[in-house]
Amino acid sequence: MTHKIRVHVSLKPGVLDPQGRAIQHAIAGLGFAGVSDVRAGRLFEMEVDAGVTDAALDDMARQLLANMVIENYRIERVQ
Amino acid sequence: MSGFRAAVITFPGSNCDRDMAVAIEQVCGGEVLRVWHGDAELPERLDFIALPGGFSYGDYLRSGAMAARSPIMRAVVAAAARGVSVLGVCNGFQVLTEAGLLPGALMRNAGLRFVCRTVPLEVVNTQSLFTAGYRAGQRITIPVAHQDGAYYADAATLDRLEGEGRVAFRYGEAVNGSARDIAGVLSDAGNVLGMMPHPERMIEPAHGGSDGRAMFESVVRGLVGESV
Repeated sequence: MTHKIRVHVSLKPGVLDPQGRAIQHAIAGLGFAGVSDVRAGRLFEMEVDAGVTDAALDDMARQLLANMVIENYRIERVQ
Repeated sequence: MSGFRAAVITFPGSNCDRDMAVAIEQVCGGEVLRVWHGDAELPERLDFIALPGGFSYGDYLRSGAMAARSPIMRAVVAAAARGVSVLGVCNGFQVLTEAGLLPGALMRNAGLRFVCRTVPLEVVNTQSLFTAGYRAGQRITIPVAHQDGAYYADAATLDRLEGEGRVAFRYGEAVNGSARDIAGVLSDAGNVLGMMPHPERMIEPAHGGSDGRAMFESVVRGLVGESV
């Protein structure tokens, strides 16, 4: 039995995101109004055994999936 | 031949490893050993370890992230803790920050473009093992070639690095959006240097300049006390 886990990784507030800014400009260029900020992140979808603990997922995110100098992460257990 | 003994680590996707080995051989003399990323152990009695430029593991996840978790890096971290000198250039700098041997992170260039050109640098610290051969405030020119070279650290870390003389090099012009124009950073103990510019590409006039040579001369003088 495996569970689906999503790990959302996003840039910390205050860290400049030139990619997000370029995407925002492209959105405006397509004619969509009203988008004042875009921050680009990453989403990891994982299939993990039921026995994998929250603590182990936390360690995975800290040690590899996110760079804690510049990024935050959020772990979501998908029902 | 000096008793100098160096290792150059090759990761899958490294592409400046041979240039680095040649630069060390030509300027430092001694023995330059080539080490593969999958090796769990380093050769014995090393004075110096170099992590070269390139695109290790295709820059998957983040530049340097996968290489920083490869078997050989555990040995490099342990060697650095014992005081062995470690130089990381370009992708090697990214690997060093990802491995936690240097503070901060290297992010996508502010202009989003790959920057490949020769840039002016200011040598900020001329007391370090790697930079003692330069004059204080000396302006040198060294090539850069990177897409993820914008140095980032929080303001407190930047203040600490500057206060402790750990900024080795600064860009002399806008290059990639690095915080406070930082191009190279030293570790707390001073035996680890990471830098985005490529000193190994500037060691003889045929390269268009030899401003990188003094770095390798500094290292061999500092470590084996020999003039070269």
